[in-house]
Amino acid sequence: MATEPRLIVMAGTEESDLTRLAEYEAIGGYRALQKARGLTPQAVIDEVIASELRGRGGAFFPTGRKWAFVPKPDQNPNPHYVVVNADESEPGSFKDNEIMARVPHRFFEGCLIAAHAIESKNVFVYIRGEYTGPHEILLGALKELEARPDLRGDVTIVLHRGAGAYICGEETALLESLEGKRGQPRTKPPFPAIQGLYASPTVVNNVETLATLPPIIEMGGAEYAKLGVPDSRGTRLVSISGHVERPGNYEIENGTSLRDLIYGLGGGIPGGRALKAVIPGGSSTVILKGDEIDVGYDFNSLLKLNTAMGSAGVVALDDSCCMVQLGIRISEFYEHESCGKCTPCREGTRWMTQILRRLESGEAVQSELDLLLDVCDRINGKCLCPLGETAAVAVASYVEKFRAEFIAHVDQGGCPFGESSPLHDVLAPVAVHAPATVPA
Amino acid sequence: MSTYDDAVQEIKARYPDWRSAALPALRLAQEQHGYLSPEALRECAEALGTTPAFCEAVASFYDMLHLAPIGRHMVEVCTNVSCALAGAQQVLENFEQELGIRAGETTEDGEVTLRPIECLGGCGWATVVSVDHHYRTHVKPEDVPAIVQELRNGD
Repeated sequence: MATEPRLIVMAGTEESDLTRLAEYEAIGGYRALQKARGLTPQAVIDEVIASELRGRGGAFFPTGRKWAFVPKPDQNPNPHYVVVNADESEPGSFKDNEIMARVPHRFFEGCLIAAHAIESKNVFVYIRGEYTGPHEILLGALKELEARPDLRGDVTIVLHRGAGAYICGEETALLESLEGKRGQPRTKPPFPAIQGLYASPTVVNNVETLATLPPIIEMGGAEYAKLGVPDSRGTRLVSISGHVERPGNYEIENGTSLRDLIYGLGGGIPGGRALKAVIPGGSSTVILKGDEIDVGYDFNSLLKLNTAMGSAGVVALDDSCCMVQLGIRISEFYEHESCGKCTPCREGTRWMTQILRRLESGEAVQSELDLLLDVCDRINGKCLCPLGETAAVAVASYVEKFRAEFIAHVDQGGCPFGESSPLHDVLAPVAVHAPATVPA
Repeated sequence: MSTYDDAVQEIKARYPDWRSAALPALRLAQEQHGYLSPEALRECAEALGTTPAFCEAVASFYDMLHLAPIGRHMVEVCTNVSCALAGAQQVLENFEQELGIRAGETTEDGEVTLRPIECLGGCGWATVVSVDHHYRTHVKPEDVPAIVQELRNGD
């Protein structure tokens, strides 16, 4: 497959300033909404099911099916809510940032289509607190939209800013936070479709998922499903960062080869260095070795390698990087962001950091490598939400794929890379709040 | 009624349940008081119709809400993987040197707080530094003195 961008969500951004309503309407904006409103809610759901669209936040759940779980108003008379997960916080992902900043109206149009589909009058956009820039752009676009009752209809859109918590990207933690509480995940079931915001039927969708709806309604679900590959239809905004010449967001057809993403669109590895590893879908995903990138960037192809597209954050690491140092930084991230509700995650991520630090400093003995994997195993599947589990799976994959490097830390009594690795001694927030103590 | 109370009542009206106004109300109180002092929490609680303890319990969960004094300016350097690969640690250390403080501290004159922060969602534009909650992208270690000067000039 050629390494050409395929603009569906970002269509028109190269020619026009789509943050302005007039320019968005000039390229046919909000026509999909009018078309959707001419259809019954069920017909819109069927169209989205036909498109085979799957959630772009990371879980990849079929969007149309998620909507179909929502009770009809005669089955549950409580208000129905559309909640947007705009709490993008996954290390490596910055696509929703750009979508909100560049196609805010396509995003809002998607929100209004979703509201029609589940018969909701209220949309809440939970946008991460740090995203001041995108928030200001959304505010401007929303002001334009609110001045146009013909477009907005009787639907109210509220922008709700988060306050700094990765966990609020987990949908039930997000709902807790939106209800004004500490952002700790709920037990499931009940799922949000049945009891979500204020215990009412709720659909929680990602920004990119919603921004994909107008083109789907416009071209028809069946037409959209011609793009991409089986189980991964359509396009995806892929965030490429780390050791590449041209980092950035690229919208590509699903199934494009990962090698083409890194060496084609990404421009390859700077300084003529070798590619050592790739985080394929944000920090939560199993790492790939540099020689594992001849794979389609789609659900099934990556699943064969035991990993995932996640939130489509591709991070390239060259051969100067120490994988133990990478483990420390990733583990510190999850330790900092653990909400503290489940003990295996709260304590386990901290233990992982401590063992990794001992490996890096050369204090660890060989058996601590097994201890590290044991701690990971004791987090897996034992928590309410995937936060701790993804930390464990990611770090365990570094050990599995770069075991010789971890053993070298023990054998040499320290890091073979030391200061030459760019991840050496990086100060993480968790180390500022509570310095990791090393057990005697 | 105070203007803060008016603002909170207006925020509450956007939601079916008053509790949803907690985060925006706390953010606003922090903006007005500099940080969430006991007095700010009391004022917030009164406007929401709840207790200061509820407000403090919520606030203590979130990274952007501060229960201890912070500087008038906030400099946050992303040190997660993508920014670290682009040299974020050197950017952070240059800020430490230029400001004469360690990361996590506030300058003695109470002007600037410096801290590392988790992924800001700008990995392709590394290093990302959030200065008073507005992103500076592609920040290089040598850009630091100018940013600090800008803050000292009160721009």
